[in-house]
Order: sequence, then structure tokens, then C-alpha cells
Amino acid sequence: MIPLDHFLIVSALLFAIGLYATLTKKNTIMVLVGVELMINASVLNLVAFGRYDKVLFGGQVFALFVIVLAAASVAVALGIVLQVYRHFKSVDPTDFDSLKD
Amino acid sequence: MAIELFVFYFLAFIAVGSAALLVAMRNIVRSLFLFFLTLFALAGLYVFALADFVALAQVIIYVGGVLVLMLFAFMLSNKTLLNDVKEGTFGLPRWPALLVVILLGTIMGYTFLQFASAPPQWIRDAEQENRIITTTDNTVHYLGVNTMTRYLLPFELVSVFLMMALMGAAHMARKGGKS
Repeated sequence: MIPLDHFLIVSALLFAIGLYATLTKKNTIMVLVGVELMINASVLNLVAFGRYDKVLFGGQVFALFVIVLAAASVAVALGIVLQVYRHFKSVDPTDFDSLKD
Repeated sequence: MAIELFVFYFLAFIAVGSAALLVAMRNIVRSLFLFFLTLFALAGLYVFALADFVALAQVIIYVGGVLVLMLFAFMLSNKTLLNDVKEGTFGLPRWPALLVVILLGTIMGYTFLQFASAPPQWIRDAEQENRIITTTDNTVHYLGVNTMTRYLLPFELVSVFLMMALMGAAHMARKGGKS
């Protein structure tokens, strides 16, 4: 059985990389990819801790819920990206500098 | 045991390495396909945490749904696809963000190592009373029973929420209209 700290270290690394993508990327879709990486790191944590919960299965059930919610958020966010691209003709987050005119 | 650990390290290396490469790449299409690799390796890691159903859901939802959606959105929203390639494969790192991320990663790694060396009471209890999921357990069966009994309310809430979100997304991404 793999010890717990291995999973935790992998998820910490993935979370840090996702945060870097979210902070620096010049394309909104890559920012979304960074957010997804962070969500996946947290799902890895949930699943790793869920191994110690044979009775309630809380970790695995909520890992499934988190995956579903991440899919919903990606669908909505990509819809917003498409609308914003139609309006600003750009997907660079630094170009989005005005609300509805 | 040794082989198990080796495969775990291999998958972890693929996941973290392709995530790091994804961040460093300048070409977005390559980054998205590296994200594909990261998600597959992560599904393998979920299997090592004995969550095989979560791994399958990960492959179906992320690889089959989210990534295809991202590729479509990218293709619908980018004109300068081929201009990016000629400027070099890797972009320069942004040092302030890199500093923040390295600091956060060190703090998180240190905290996690401290945490794992002295696990909380409920983990020690579970280890003593033998309530850990083992490789021979039928996890899908337990998962289904728990979803339909104890977690029924969150399950229904999530399903309604998912329907609302997808309808909203389809409405928002529609062409024309009053905008």
C-alpha cells in the first residue's frame, strides 16, 4: 500500500503548478486549465484520505461530486470565454478591462 | 510492493512532469494535449488510492468531455495559432509568480510531510480498527450503496445543479440573440 505522504506531495506539486498557470498564462483557456489542475490536486487529496474511510466512503463520493462540479464550471466558463471573445476579439485576460459599455 | 511503488512513482512523474511542461509550453494546442496526459496519469494515481470508480469517472468526464470542450473553445477563439510556434517552444518564466508558487509549494509540502508523520486521531483509529479500504474490497458496490442512501440529497442537488449549469452554458454560448 502506498503511504499517504506520497499522494500529498504529488498533489502539492500539482496544486503549485496549477496556481502558476492561473497566475501567468496569457490565454483564458490556459487559466482554466490551471484551475482544473488545482481541482484535480484536491481530488487526489480527497481520494487519498478516503482510503481511511471504509464505512462512509466520504472521500470517494465527494471526489465524484467535485469532478461533476468541475465539469459544470468548465462548461459555463467556456461559454463565457466564447461570448467575451465575440465582444473583445481577444482571449487575453489582461485585455478584459471594461464591463458592459 | 517494490513494483507497486515503482509504477506509482512512474505515474506521479508523468503527471507532475507533463503538468510542468504544460505550463512552460508556449503553444496552447501542445499544452492541451499535455493536459490530457496529466489527467490520464492522475486517473492512474486514483487507482493506486483504491478509488477505481473515481478513476473511471475521471477518464470519462475529463478526457471525454472537458478536454474536447476546451479544444473546441480554443479553436473557436484563436486566430494566432500558427504565429505562436515560431517564437520558440518555451516561454520565459515569470519570476514573481514563480517565486510565489515555489514558496507555496514548499509550505504545502512541508505541512503535508509534518501531517503525515503525525496523522490525526481518526486515521490512527481507522488503522487500528482495520477500517482501511483494501485491494480486495468491492468499492463500486459500497460506493453505489452509499450514494443512494447516505449521500442521496447531495447527489440529487448535484444532478439538478449540473443540468442548470449545462443549460445555462448552452444558452450563453449561443450565437446572436440580444447578447
